[in-house]
Amino acid sequence: MESPVVYFKDLFSRGPANEALKGGTTSRPASALQIMIRKEIGDMVRSWRFIVLLILILLTFLASMYVSLSNLRTAASNAPDPNRFLVYLKMLTTSDGTLPSFHIFMSFLGAILGIGLGFDAVNVEQSSGTLIRLLAQPVYRDNFLLAKFISPLMVITALFLSLGLMMIGAGMLITGVPVEAGEFLRIMTFILLTILYVAFWLGLSIMLSVKFKQATTSALSAIAIWLFFTIFYQIIVNLIVKACLPDPAFLSPAEVMDENNLILNILRFSPSQLYTDATTVLLMPAIRSLGPLTMEQLAGAIPTPLSYRESLLIAWPQLTGLLAGTVACFALSYYLFMRREIRT
Amino acid sequence: MENPIIELVGLTKLYGSLRAVDHLDLTIERGEIYGLLGPNGAGKTTTILMMLGLTEPTSGKVTVCGYDSTSQPVAVKQKVGYMPDNLGFYDSMNALDNLVYIARLNGIPESVVRQQAIEMMDLVGLSKSMYKKAGTYSRGMKQRLGLAEVLIKQPEVIILDEPTLGIDPAGVKEFLSFIRQLSRQQNITVLLSSHHLNQVQQVCDRVGIFVEGKLLANDHIDNLSAQLFSRDSHVVLISLAATLDNPSHYREQLLNLDGVKDMSLADSSVEISCTRNVTPDLVRFFVEKGHDIMAVSRKEYGLEEIYHRYFENSLTENMSNGKSGSLFQRSFFKRAGK
Repeated sequence: MESPVVYFKDLFSRGPANEALKGGTTSRPASALQIMIRKEIGDMVRSWRFIVLLILILLTFLASMYVSLSNLRTAASNAPDPNRFLVYLKMLTTSDGTLPSFHIFMSFLGAILGIGLGFDAVNVEQSSGTLIRLLAQPVYRDNFLLAKFISPLMVITALFLSLGLMMIGAGMLITGVPVEAGEFLRIMTFILLTILYVAFWLGLSIMLSVKFKQATTSALSAIAIWLFFTIFYQIIVNLIVKACLPDPAFLSPAEVMDENNLILNILRFSPSQLYTDATTVLLMPAIRSLGPLTMEQLAGAIPTPLSYRESLLIAWPQLTGLLAGTVACFALSYYLFMRREIRT
Repeated sequence: MENPIIELVGLTKLYGSLRAVDHLDLTIERGEIYGLLGPNGAGKTTTILMMLGLTEPTSGKVTVCGYDSTSQPVAVKQKVGYMPDNLGFYDSMNALDNLVYIARLNGIPESVVRQQAIEMMDLVGLSKSMYKKAGTYSRGMKQRLGLAEVLIKQPEVIILDEPTLGIDPAGVKEFLSFIRQLSRQQNITVLLSSHHLNQVQQVCDRVGIFVEGKLLANDHIDNLSAQLFSRDSHVVLISLAATLDNPSHYREQLLNLDGVKDMSLADSSVEISCTRNVTPDLVRFFVEKGHDIMAVSRKEYGLEEIYHRYFENSLTENMSNGKSGSLFQRSFFKRAGK
């Protein structure tokens, strides 16, 4: 720092004039959000955490693909199955019972992925003192929050999109069956749904990371919420139903149906239930309803796969439910973060 | 007050029932170096956070560079470089990348950002270690990196929160003289908060003393000491060879001398406050009593004394209110009494 000021003055005097000279060559400077997203993605793909999660997902993907491919022949030659020729959907759903199929795997791996990528988004930056430095720069607070949300989403979108396309490509090489437009649409919607599902958990864990000062607290509470919905929620609902609702043995069929619908609807508060419902409908075109059907409703039904549009219509409430959950989590983290005091 | 760049009007911040900042009015002019002094927990950092819009005042208004910090924080942050007391960097990135990231966020064009960052690292003396991971940096190096970040945005106002914390004395001196030079040459306003008084004394044009959310004094250091110690403008310190045997007896006699207001005794040195300079009389008094005088000095007031003075006042208030401030003292004395 010997004679710094002379130096510094020089730096100052090259102000607008110099920049104007370069104006022709430089494009419009990137917005703060873009810069932050770029940095976040760069950080994320280099982090060990992401690499571990990536390996986990790749392994489950390969394992479930292996199982389904080795059972594909039996599944495709299963004559009574109306959609046995939809090979690519079969690849995603077939299983011989040793391993769950990929979309079932994803219903809990997606949650882990979302929680793993978001649980320390805000509180670690705050406790390490980088948040205050960052927000002392001329950036809006929501840019920070958006960057924390968008960059993991971009990475997992790329991840699942490439997984899906790789699967289709590998399937073409192995089976030689061309992919149908309907199948392709369904797989793409499945990927979109998976991203949405991860986004929900990401939003939830970011919200918890805004709420709790310690990364361990937010991680544990996110995992607790996840465990509650995957394991305990069903048990609790069953308990309450047994205790409160009348025994179905004494009810008329119509009442039994109402009761079943009610139980199903209560179960659907769980995001993983929504995800499994929606993916099952999308990947198994033969499924006509997520609730109980009466014999009258099934009487005239022809056993053919539903069209893409019809499957999507059945899965639509689940889709919007997940979207609403994600938006709610994000809005809550917005509310908590925007006016809070930034302090280490 | 012709050109205020920072203006605080009736600023108040409550944390529950705790008044962190209490009706603070403060004006800082362009090009000034202002020192915000106070003990830990006095509300210095809270005040700074409110200036940057990082926390909202409960009531009152902050204007920095003509913008309201609460409603237009981004405009304020474009003009203000802030260095927090607890500097954190992205440890997984190297120091240069950390700086480049901040530079980009400040809208420095991509074509020159790397070059400017390298020059800035050179300026703060980190050019040799700029490709090291920020996690490996020592406290002093982090401080320099923090300064580089503040400077790269070419601010009009620099706010430094405890900038001398954790640097060695030589480093502090260098750092502060650099800040002063910078402020004088570029007409940059500097606000620095500290509890290291003598360091701040070296560089500040004005200081504000901040205790429990209130600004107790706000002036040049010279004026402050004049104001504060006007009631006993002369304090004479006399060191004797031996301890006085009967202090209360001497006390009475001393207080009878013309102009002497008070005396206090610590071991063998006597501190006497008087309304005018009666040093010759005092010396004569002790010589006549047969004491050997080792040294006689007149007390000069630096910031240290000013600070202690204010502290003393707030402490005695606390004690008379029976607040917990004296808890430590009480338990200490209890143990000593056993």
